[in-house]
Amino acid sequence: MMTLLHNDFVLEMIRLVLYAVGLIAFAAFNAAYLSLLERKIPSWFQLRYGPKEVGWWGLLQPVADGIKLLTKQLLVQRGADVVLFKLAPAMVVIPAIMCLATIPFSETLVPRNINLGLLVIFSFSAIHVIGTMLGGWASYNKYASIAAARVVAQNIAYEIPLLLILVSLVMITHSFNLHTIVDQQAGGFWRWNVLRLSASPLMPVAFIIYFICMLAESNRAPFDMVEAESELIAGAFTEYSGMGFGLFFIAEYANIVVGCALGTILFLGGWHCPFGLLPGLHWFLIKMYFLCFTVIWVRWSFPRTQFYGLLNLSWKVLIPIALANLMITAIMLKLF
Amino acid sequence: MTLAELTTRLQTLQGSTVTATDHSKQGVNLDITIASNVIPELARLMSEAKFALEAITGVDWLAEQQIEIVYDFTSYTSGIRVAARTRVSRETPEVATISDVHPGANWHERESHDFFGITFTGHPGLIPLLLPEDADFHPLRKDYGA
Amino acid sequence: MSIEAKSIHRETFVINLGPQHPATHGVLRIKLTMDGEYIDDAEPIIGYGHRMQEKMGENRTYAKFLPNTARMDYVAALFNSQGYVGAVERLAGITVPERAEYIRVITAELNRVASHLLWAGAFLIDLGGFTPLLYTFDDREQILDLLESVTGARLTFCYYRFGGVCNDIDDEFVAGTRQFISRLRSRMPMYHALITKNIIFRKRCEGIGPITADVCRRYGGTGPVLRGAGVAYDVRKAEPYSVYPQFDFNVPVYPEGDCMARYRVRMDEIVESLRIIEQALDKLPAGPVMAEKVPRFLKPPKGECTFTVESARGSFGVRAISDGTDKAYRMKLRSPCFSNLSLFQECSRGMLLADALALLGSLDLVIPDIDR
Repeated sequence: MMTLLHNDFVLEMIRLVLYAVGLIAFAAFNAAYLSLLERKIPSWFQLRYGPKEVGWWGLLQPVADGIKLLTKQLLVQRGADVVLFKLAPAMVVIPAIMCLATIPFSETLVPRNINLGLLVIFSFSAIHVIGTMLGGWASYNKYASIAAARVVAQNIAYEIPLLLILVSLVMITHSFNLHTIVDQQAGGFWRWNVLRLSASPLMPVAFIIYFICMLAESNRAPFDMVEAESELIAGAFTEYSGMGFGLFFIAEYANIVVGCALGTILFLGGWHCPFGLLPGLHWFLIKMYFLCFTVIWVRWSFPRTQFYGLLNLSWKVLIPIALANLMITAIMLKLF
Repeated sequence: MTLAELTTRLQTLQGSTVTATDHSKQGVNLDITIASNVIPELARLMSEAKFALEAITGVDWLAEQQIEIVYDFTSYTSGIRVAARTRVSRETPEVATISDVHPGANWHERESHDFFGITFTGHPGLIPLLLPEDADFHPLRKDYGA
Repeated sequence: MSIEAKSIHRETFVINLGPQHPATHGVLRIKLTMDGEYIDDAEPIIGYGHRMQEKMGENRTYAKFLPNTARMDYVAALFNSQGYVGAVERLAGITVPERAEYIRVITAELNRVASHLLWAGAFLIDLGGFTPLLYTFDDREQILDLLESVTGARLTFCYYRFGGVCNDIDDEFVAGTRQFISRLRSRMPMYHALITKNIIFRKRCEGIGPITADVCRRYGGTGPVLRGAGVAYDVRKAEPYSVYPQFDFNVPVYPEGDCMARYRVRMDEIVESLRIIEQALDKLPAGPVMAEKVPRFLKPPKGECTFTVESARGSFGVRAISDGTDKAYRMKLRSPCFSNLSLFQECSRGMLLADALALLGSLDLVIPDIDR
């Protein structure tokens, strides 16, 4: 037994399994409790209590919701494309969890430190669009079809400014490795990328663009065109019931977590303390959940944008600014 | 358009009886009784005078074997309220539609068709509005039991 | 918006919006013929909540029909009662004591404020913003508490009687109303900061769903829809009823005709209603709240009359015909939402689905009022 544990290969396998279980648990836990926060936080804004009956402070509410979703029948609409209909939730939730695999939670806690970590995340996060689109399309429902068409246009529109911002960021950091990017920001909040004005004076703007694009990419209000409950009932998810719907739900929160984690890593110094003290996992989580809170805050404060308003914002405002940011960064890099 | 001008205009319509009424007692300023075949002309006149159609009401006069149709017009500028009424026979209640002049009349006429069985000739789609789509009864007729 | 659908190959499809749809506020069905996300034709199909109120008005006595009026436009129920008792009083020649008229004005205007607050919240939900609803409900709750203290009901009020009101208001109500007025006034800037100045809200309302004054006239659209199209028509001014001529208030008018104009009209009307209530409380005369000698079994003389009131949604009219018995011979109820919805088909043509739903929301429809 002891000799087996000294075998590197076996150790690596155990590590992988632990990380896989851990990440899935992390995603599921976040989905469950962010959904509780999604109901608790607005209740503070809205003069009401939010869930409070199931468990103390409603803490068991997600469990109750989960049991409800699991015990519901998964109905398939007559005329729907059964294979795609059932495949779509998986295609949405798996890439979202895969993205977490390269996220460095702290100096040592990283499932897979890949050199091209940033690229991996963006490759995976592009897949969930296809999943949502297929889900909407396979539903054989007109509302879902409209939502499917919307989600593609929306995600293409917001992928561009997002990638432009990241290109300028990579030009500054000279690395795709998330670990390296975080390490460059050690020492205090003035060294974080969001305030790295010497590299590009537009860095805070870049962070805001990143945040907006992240909201749009994860289909969050005010850009939740794919769901748009007052127009399209439940958009692409109209025909889903039970855990099929639940998986879309988990994926939505997993995408938020990935987006916020990435924002923390790229712009807010990852696990480093704002004052250079006691770096570690807790700082990462504080920053990440603060961003998650902001995501919820935005959702409950704004009405939904109009669809062309959303596209106008991307093509007419965000992309030009992101391009300007890219140019300025390039010029600054060349000059200094 | 003042009340006096309107009264003279309306009096030119064939076979019309225009009565000025006390608004505080009747709720309308002018009451016109008119033959049913002049209704489209009246509607055009009211439209030219910038009046809005407020409602179309039927009244079933069982004793006289007649159905009365009341058109309520209002002017948004002068606040004048005009009620125009016509009577048609109860067996074959027919009157020309005014929905080509006042598009809002479309629904009011469909409603009156539902309730009284009045046929508005020339109406683009006289299908039940409030009643079920297969309704063949006219509940506001006085001989409708309920 | 200046976006036009330009496609060589046009293929339309039909969507049934409703009868159960989050944006239709009740059982309204709209048959949409869509060209992509653009609306080719939107045909409202109504009648799901039809109860034949007019027949009920004919086969029960005048007093027995009174509670029914609150079941039409249940969001602003007092206006329906006001129109109905007004028509019957006009038929029977009953004079209402002045104090009762003042109380009617106070309660009806409170109801108007409650209705507009509810609309503002519900409209924001149509646009996808959830939070303002809870704030407007918080204020509306105060009104409902006040109205409950005098009428005994919170929604389907049956407070007005032929010849007055059934219950006198007390000092507590007066004090509570004054307190509410100052409370809501202090909260209006908050609403403007939260809603009116919100950039997304403005983008979704300004220039969206234009309704011209001529469209309103041709379809008989009234109320805030008409005033949002630049026509200063208000039944309270045009055909003064009750004691409204004794109050100083403005009729808010915005000429743009878009959703924003209708929103602004309603928000301004809240302020104007508060002014009316305040003046009415100041001038409130003493005296009885019921006319004397109103017969227990009302038999108005033979005759016919109309009574129109400015409800929260437009002009609500009652045409009552009496044949001298204790039941009305004909009771026509003219609901403002009926006409306001009928213009939707013409106005929504060529709009995007989401914009059309903003337009639908801005019409402030109460579906049972349409279906009657």
